[in-house]
Amino acid sequence: MRSPAAVSHPAVAETHQIDLLLAATRPRRRPRALTASATFGRRALLKIKHDPKQLVDSVAIPILFTVLFTYLFGGAVSGSPGAYLEHLLPGTLSMSIAIVTMYGGARLAQDVTTGVFERLSSLPVWRGAFVLGGLLSDAARYLFASAIVVVLGLIMGYRPDGGAPGVLAAVAVIVAFGLALSLLWAAVALLVRDPAVVISIANVVLMPLSFASNIFVEPETMPGRLRTFVDVNPLSHVATTARDLMNDTGGTGGSLAWTLIATAALTAICAPLTLRLYAKQH
Amino acid sequence: MLESDDGGGEPGGGRRTVEVARRLASPDEPLEPRRDDVVRVVGLGTRDSGQGRVQHQGIAVDEPPPGVQEPGQRVGGRGGVEAGVVEQGDDLTGYENLTVLGRLHGLSRAACRRRAGDLLSGFDLTGAADRPVGGYSGGMRRRLDLAAGLIVTPDLLFLDEPTTGLDPRGRGRVWELVRRIATAGTTVLLTTQYLDEADQLAERIAVIDRGRVVAEGTSAQLKSRVGPGTLHVRLLDGDQRPRAHQVLATALDGTVRPAADPLALSIPLPTGRTDVARLIGHAMTRLADAQVAVAEVTLGQPTLDEAFLALTATTDQEDVSA
Repeated sequence: MRSPAAVSHPAVAETHQIDLLLAATRPRRRPRALTASATFGRRALLKIKHDPKQLVDSVAIPILFTVLFTYLFGGAVSGSPGAYLEHLLPGTLSMSIAIVTMYGGARLAQDVTTGVFERLSSLPVWRGAFVLGGLLSDAARYLFASAIVVVLGLIMGYRPDGGAPGVLAAVAVIVAFGLALSLLWAAVALLVRDPAVVISIANVVLMPLSFASNIFVEPETMPGRLRTFVDVNPLSHVATTARDLMNDTGGTGGSLAWTLIATAALTAICAPLTLRLYAKQH
Repeated sequence: MLESDDGGGEPGGGRRTVEVARRLASPDEPLEPRRDDVVRVVGLGTRDSGQGRVQHQGIAVDEPPPGVQEPGQRVGGRGGVEAGVVEQGDDLTGYENLTVLGRLHGLSRAACRRRAGDLLSGFDLTGAADRPVGGYSGGMRRRLDLAAGLIVTPDLLFLDEPTTGLDPRGRGRVWELVRRIATAGTTVLLTTQYLDEADQLAERIAVIDRGRVVAEGTSAQLKSRVGPGTLHVRLLDGDQRPRAHQVLATALDGTVRPAADPLALSIPLPTGRTDVARLIGHAMTRLADAQVAVAEVTLGQPTLDEAFLALTATTDQEDVSA
């Protein structure tokens, strides 16, 4: 039902309404940390919704890696792409997510340079909410990128023996590791405050992790020192864990443990560091 | 509307006016508004005046008005209403910006939706509610900034040049809103480069020049510091200006300012003189004695512009001699 005020002269309605607005809402309690984080996460997702271009990195890299590496290396090593996918796809999935993480760091560095933090500082919210909210939207991106890789794999003929539960478990492990990496790039971003530099540093770290791993080549064929590196490379263990879970080959609880320890360690170091650096931005 | 008094005679009474300008200009000392204080300060800056620093430095609110800011949190930054984070949400719609902001201020989901809807219709933005803010006009943006500042009714609202870049109609509208906000009991602290804006809106004005407060007070107080008025003399022949300058400086015992117009001079009359007419008569006689042909003589009430120029003139001179 319409009130008569709504159809009266606009100027009159406005005058009346603004005085009402001013008389109203007083601030009450501080929002909970989790509410604030979720709000920042929602805000980041709304930005993606209105400007889907932002998803380009999360879409292009998984597609590129999955298709390129499957046909390039797959053909050379195992004859048919279908057969090699079983070994390769969990690896390219791990690597794609690891690479996509660095763009989150670049976005954060961009926010630093445009003075977003200064404006946020007047809000009555927990400091870490902006960083945590960013991680929530990053998680959504990683899930999205993972879905692309898995669907492409299915199209190309991959049939995971682990079924949906195995795939979901693998994705969960990979996304968790990806979020720990995100925290590392967040710390880097707050230190160097330049998106291009964040990307450069991340590349220097991620390229050896990606290629000096067991993702493309069996470590048995490698020379001693390189093999030692591959064996401690956390991304190797993430890939192995993903393979075990997706193909239901089981047995290697060691890799899962390694992955979880690496994720926890990276988080334990980078989360407090990021929060401290974030607090110092003001 | 010109406020002649520092708030004692205001409707609603009982509100005190505090002087914050000095602290404002000194970044080391925080601004501490007390609970029921009303602060209306306008910083007027010359170029490179230090307003930038005020904006950048922000204002530390140690003793927050109830519930608005947490202790130690700052009201600061650039552009628009500081309580708002609208600036960076260009991709988001007006409605989304307000609901996000409401959540961050501790409103419930339902309260956010209601409040955002009310504010958008109150500020005449309902039609643009679902459009990304990036596509808003300058006036719409300022109105959204104001709406964002009111998402929870604040005790202190910091407006940083709220009408810059608006056309006269948009400016008048923002002025009207600012007046209402102040009348409703919110302390408004605003910066502006427009002196008429300060005259229109501010109860107390602090003139900030190169990061320092060079004067503060009501508009009337500032104007009275310039003197009872300003004498404007326009000559027939520009070549006679130096001579006229000299004659008037001696006769009126004041600083003569050559105007931008090559034929004109203006002289602030000395303070504390009641015989203004006699003074001017004397000066005119002297001009006639010196054979200076006068086209036009007017006695102007001092404007805030003149007050500002007079108040910042000293520092300009110091700068030149340094």
